[in-house]
Amino acid sequence: MRLRRALMKILVPIKRVVDPYAKVRSLPDGSGMDTTGLKFEINPFDEIAVEEAVRLKEKDPSIEIVAVSIGGAECEEQLRKGLAMGADRAILVETNDPLDSTVVAAELAALANELKPDMILMGKQATDDDNNQAGQMLAAKLNWPQATFAAKVERGDGIVRVTRETDTGDETLELPLPCLVTTDLRLNEPRYIALPGIIKARSKPLEKRPRMTSAAPKTRIVRMEAPAARQAGRKVGSVDELYVALKDRGAL
Amino acid sequence: MSKLLWIAFEASDAPAAAGFAQAVGLGFDLLQISGQPVTDIGADKVLSANLSEMPTSDGLAKAIAGVAGGYSHVGAVSSMRSKDVLARVAGLMDAAMVTDVVAAESPTRFKRPMVAGSILATVEVLSMPAVLTVRPAGFAKGDRGGSSSVESISLDATSVAKRLGASARGGARPDLTQARVIVSGGRPLKDAQTFESVIGGLADALGGAVGATRAAVDSGIAANELQVGQTGKIVAPDLYIAAGISGSTQHMAGIKDSKIIVAINKDPDAPIFEFADYGLVADLYQAIPELRAKIGK
Ligand SMILES: Cc1cc2nc3c(=O)[nH]c(=O)nc-3n(C[C@H](O)[C@H](O)[C@H](O)COP(=O)(O)OP(=O)(O)OC[C@H]3O[C@@H](n4cnc5c(N)ncnc54)[C@H](O)[C@@H]3O)c2cc1C
Repeated sequence: MRLRRALMKILVPIKRVVDPYAKVRSLPDGSGMDTTGLKFEINPFDEIAVEEAVRLKEKDPSIEIVAVSIGGAECEEQLRKGLAMGADRAILVETNDPLDSTVVAAELAALANELKPDMILMGKQATDDDNNQAGQMLAAKLNWPQATFAAKVERGDGIVRVTRETDTGDETLELPLPCLVTTDLRLNEPRYIALPGIIKARSKPLEKRPRMTSAAPKTRIVRMEAPAARQAGRKVGSVDELYVALKDRGAL
Repeated sequence: MSKLLWIAFEASDAPAAAGFAQAVGLGFDLLQISGQPVTDIGADKVLSANLSEMPTSDGLAKAIAGVAGGYSHVGAVSSMRSKDVLARVAGLMDAAMVTDVVAAESPTRFKRPMVAGSILATVEVLSMPAVLTVRPAGFAKGDRGGSSSVESISLDATSVAKRLGASARGGARPDLTQARVIVSGGRPLKDAQTFESVIGGLADALGGAVGATRAAVDSGIAANELQVGQTGKIVAPDLYIAAGISGSTQHMAGIKDSKIIVAINKDPDAPIFEFADYGLVADLYQAIPELRAKIGK
């Protein structure tokens, strides 16, 4: 007789970020980002994490996917998209407090201790702050093994096998559950969700709750400015001219 | 006590400590995980672990956090490995963290790019210790000389994650992050073979490294570790030649510290021409062989 496999729970944290394809500028007074007229999206790496969770669920329908976001009421929009992609339910930890990666990791650790997921799948970095910290900090807090920059995730018996990108190529790790995996761009291509799908997902449960910890940020952005612009160069008319110009500059 | 512990996973990660420590005005110890101890960069002492195999991050982070107690700053060169391991160290130490530091205003104020390099942020660290990953291109090279004392230490880096296998490609070409010349190719390169012969061929003629855009990597014509940009490698060569690359914000985020950028693109309106020192409007399949012929190799 085959034992029924235990239900697996995957937690997928989602961050709302400014449109990753938009040209973003700092405000003239340096106090922040000028987001006037810009759209907001799920952080692309988090979208990949949702997609991967949904693909695992398609192979094993007993999996439950919980999407979570920390932030203002507006983050509901991104959670709804996650639900439309196939997450079963969503949690919005509603707060307008300043957050850095350490606060996010503390909140997610508290949530994980309550929900007891078998795996946390999340983006390797957010395309707004480009920090690449929260996943690793969270894994440390939970004392779980981690596989960052995942390019392939396979589920085995009580383990996952992750092929991850490295500075020199890739490597394959085997992690016992529970574990934390952060996604890289090549893990999958998220499915396209049309508006009707998002509307249909409105019937899925979305719970709003307050923060669970009083963790205070350990860093603060005090100024945002435009980076030094590169000097505009010039066009050259031929390979000959290019070659001579590079020779003159001592570049060849 | 204010002091920096610099983590060198390999010997080649060590020298960047000197310039950074000078910029923040801190003395430093070097924790070298593998390789011959580097004793001529002004470290107060070198802690040499001399591991023959790099442990996976859960074990390595635990071992580093065990050594790092008592230091105000823990730093390393920015790389995928340092982000993987040091962010976990920060979690274990309950530390603040700043990634991709490109300038230091004080031991608690750092500058770093965000939003694919569109914004330069000044980040204040509100509580110590601080864990930092540093882009060496932002800092002067430190002086070399002297001879630091070396202490052997044994690290307990037993890990829960098991490494089943690893591919190390690479070969004879210089490392992207240290190369003086880089030739990069984008989407229009037809296939892996064409990419290798056209882009790789010019790189070899110049003794340089090969880079690629995400579009080239995603379509399978270039290996993932060659990706340059926001989510790939950050490079700062003397000469960066971009062939068949449009100049997306995400790609430019990885190359804007290059001394000279050359763009070869057949579209005169390609955004990359706004950043290139020398722009050549041409078909790369003609221009690159011509350039190679001129170089004479
Ligand atoms: C979250 C996120 C992260 C990303 N991270 C990165 C990253 O790290 N690095 C990165 O590179 N991209 C990244 N991207 C992708 C980026 O947005 C662009 O899609 C990508 O850089 C485009 O690559 P490309 O220039 O090769 O292709 P294209 O934009 O398609 O440009 C190809 C260019 O080749 C020219 N061309 C065509 N044929 C020829 C010919 N025969 N001779 C000469 N020129 C020719 C065309 O005129 C065109 O300008 C990221 C995107 C997102 C959303």
